[in-house]
Amino acid sequence: MDEPRVDELTGRPTMGHEFDGIEELNTPMPRWWLWTFYLTIIWGIGYTIAFPAWPMISGATAGLLGHSTRGEVSADIAAHEASNAALVAELNAADLATFDPLTDLHRYAVARGSSVFRAQCSQCHGAGAAGAVGYPNLLDNDWLWGGTLEDIAHSVRHGIRNETDFDARYSVMPAFGDILEPADIEKLVDFVPTLADADWDSAGGDLFTENCAACHGDQGLGDSSLGAPNLADAIWLYGSDHDSLTATISNARFGVMPAWGQRLNEEDVRAVSAYVHSLGGGE
Amino acid sequence: MALIDKHVILERSPTLLLAFSLSVVTIGGIVEIAPLFWLENTIEEVEGMRPYSPLELAGRDIYIREGCYVCHSQMIRPMRDEVERYGHYSLAAESMYDHPFQWGSKRTGPDLARVGGRYSDDWHLVHLIDPQSVVPESIMPSYAFLMDASLDGDRIGDLMSTHRFVGVPYSDEQIDNAYQDFRVQADPDADWDDMLERYPNAVIGNFDGQDELTEMDALIAYLQMMGTLVDFSTFVPDDSR
Repeated sequence: MDEPRVDELTGRPTMGHEFDGIEELNTPMPRWWLWTFYLTIIWGIGYTIAFPAWPMISGATAGLLGHSTRGEVSADIAAHEASNAALVAELNAADLATFDPLTDLHRYAVARGSSVFRAQCSQCHGAGAAGAVGYPNLLDNDWLWGGTLEDIAHSVRHGIRNETDFDARYSVMPAFGDILEPADIEKLVDFVPTLADADWDSAGGDLFTENCAACHGDQGLGDSSLGAPNLADAIWLYGSDHDSLTATISNARFGVMPAWGQRLNEEDVRAVSAYVHSLGGGE
Repeated sequence: MALIDKHVILERSPTLLLAFSLSVVTIGGIVEIAPLFWLENTIEEVEGMRPYSPLELAGRDIYIREGCYVCHSQMIRPMRDEVERYGHYSLAAESMYDHPFQWGSKRTGPDLARVGGRYSDDWHLVHLIDPQSVVPESIMPSYAFLMDASLDGDRIGDLMSTHRFVGVPYSDEQIDNAYQDFRVQADPDADWDDMLERYPNAVIGNFDGQDELTEMDALIAYLQMMGTLVDFSTFVPDDSR
């Protein structure tokens, strides 16, 4: 390689090669760039000393600062819990039967419950708690298992017809498809939607009194202690059209709800119950 | 010629430059990746983890085929808001039998790492057929066609052998009984005691309500197991990880 020529105009040496009269100047990299590069190397070494990095025999170095994402999240949760501790203790000690809706504690419970509801309950009961077919609307005052705050808390804590909680709400409607003749089911399907203004002397009325009244009541008003829905109102969990009612009476329906007491802590169960109770239909 | 000027040799030969850059990247890769395979603390020991049951494994394949991972992650990160919404942060052990893992990074829908047992089988059925009927604001497409795709499970044993080949500890007994276990998990009336012994905590049920065993059964069986295996009552987090 020839000794590089020095370019007269710029005073820079050239790279020593030349193509068709074009030469390349050997301009050094900018100082600031070079120093930034060296600094990142130094930073990198410092970082691996301060933070978990180098793999050793059985684990990685822990780093001088003792950083750990798990430690961080448990500290974060602990700090959050500590800031709520006083209110949570009060909420857990509160008597649900006489929970005064005009207190700060109640407001706290409803606010806390609303976020619990959005994370845990909205998938079935809807983001606005209006429910869906098969998943009860929680905004109205039609309660399958009772609408007092204590009733709601029991339903939330133990769930409904699940296999994980011994105290879960439990009721079984017989599948009348195995008990009654199709013609009789047809009569009931016609009769049940008219319950509010029923003709009790009809064949449907007799069938209702014989088969349904034991749980749903003489007038079909239901019984929340048995989980038997009110059939005389306009609210239908599974629909009131002919096909839906035929399916409901023939096969019965068994809605399921998890026992949230096994998944949420006590304060969240109480908070979400207070929230649901406050939605408008609470008794 | 100073050492730094020897760089000229690399710069002037494309082949050499390629070979040396490859070796640099390889060294970097080995340093970063290799220790994960032998460090004892990469996957901590937890109680309850087991390989997927045959039906769950088939469901997992459907999960992958339908691209569920495109919108759903399976990785609860260690942050307070995630832990409060989804449950305990995910552990490496929980995806140690995943080939490939489904961690994902895109959350158009919610994380599914702990979706198991959170909803009823019926909810999953209704939701997969018509997501908007239970979650009106959802933009998830319908997967109703899974109801019509029956699964015969003829090759489920081969699938499990393949997973064993890549390191999933399926026993001979599990592979020999693959077909039987595959069938009984979707049939609550069958004799599934042995299946449950081989795959503790597997969820049994006729998930889609049809006599036939379909892809819907498999997918729901998989979903209902997700994140439920580790026994967190015996889990002590090691904060140094």
